[in-house]
Amino acid sequence: MSRGVRLALFGIAGPGLAAVLVIAFTGLPDFGAYHGIYGQVLTGIGVSVRHATDLVTALNFDIRGFDTVGEEFILFSSVVGVVLILRELRGEEEEVHQEESDEHHFAGASASLRALALGLVPSAITVGIYVVVHGQLTPGGGFQGGVILAVGPLAVFLAGRYMSMKALAPTVLVEIGESLGAAGYALVGLGGLIFVGVFFKNFIPLGIPGHILSAGQMPLASIAVGLEVSGAFLVGWTQFFDQAMIIQGGEQ
Amino acid sequence: MTILQIAALAAVAIGGGAVVAAPDPLRQVIVLGVYGLSLTVLFFVFQAPDVSLSEIVVSTVGLPVMVLLALRKVREHELEQEDHDEQEQEG
Repeated sequence: MSRGVRLALFGIAGPGLAAVLVIAFTGLPDFGAYHGIYGQVLTGIGVSVRHATDLVTALNFDIRGFDTVGEEFILFSSVVGVVLILRELRGEEEEVHQEESDEHHFAGASASLRALALGLVPSAITVGIYVVVHGQLTPGGGFQGGVILAVGPLAVFLAGRYMSMKALAPTVLVEIGESLGAAGYALVGLGGLIFVGVFFKNFIPLGIPGHILSAGQMPLASIAVGLEVSGAFLVGWTQFFDQAMIIQGGEQ
Repeated sequence: MTILQIAALAAVAIGGGAVVAAPDPLRQVIVLGVYGLSLTVLFFVFQAPDVSLSEIVVSTVGLPVMVLLALRKVREHELEQEDHDEQEQEG
């Protein structure tokens, strides 16, 4: 198809789509104008029945905890897929370029950038842990905290040392963390099945709303998801790093 | 809808266009990160702080790192291919 024909086709289809979209958007309800019963019931029971002040976490880890199992294993299996695709192939070899992998230099990476990156390591880990354990109280939770946790070791790489990043987060350790997190979350659900007879029904005392150990199974589920997510991201990044920095060659 | 929300929507619309318009993949990654930040603001002003928290880390750190490393690998492959071709021409 020539450029002229394509432009003519777009000339007809583009405005048509725009017109339909404008008609559709004008018919949308206003922001915040939600009248569904499900949402109103949930806002009503978040604090009173589940003792969680963050409703999103209550939804993810308790009321619809079963959905989160699916989401978690989507992440888990996609990381397994990345590991499988980016494995060391026949004809490729692991070759550590000392000067590059041990201490690679970004163009213009200064001492101040390195200092900043190293300062980022403890702060990212602290914020990550905070977000994970306060999931049931404030916005955040296992997923958000898990990704922030994973940024900690990554900052070591920003400081210019990939091999040191591997020392801080060894592949075996992050793989174990990922698997433990995934298994732990499923175990929280199984706990409900064993102790109260329903998969993912809360079986832990609810505590006082607003306290860090409250909302029953939510802190536990949040920690499990946090482990899984930070492990998953680190495993994924490590695979990409290995490909870019260590694995050389391949069948031509 | 408040002015803040309209501004955030506009920023996302412009940012999305900028990501598509960026010619060089390397620069595109940085534009993508900035676009992610505008999405973060959008989620926040639309009262979804949980989503906002996920978005800020994934879009500004998680995704750019993967794209950058993939770009590096591709470039390395291209360089090798060029060396290979040159050798064949000489031989």
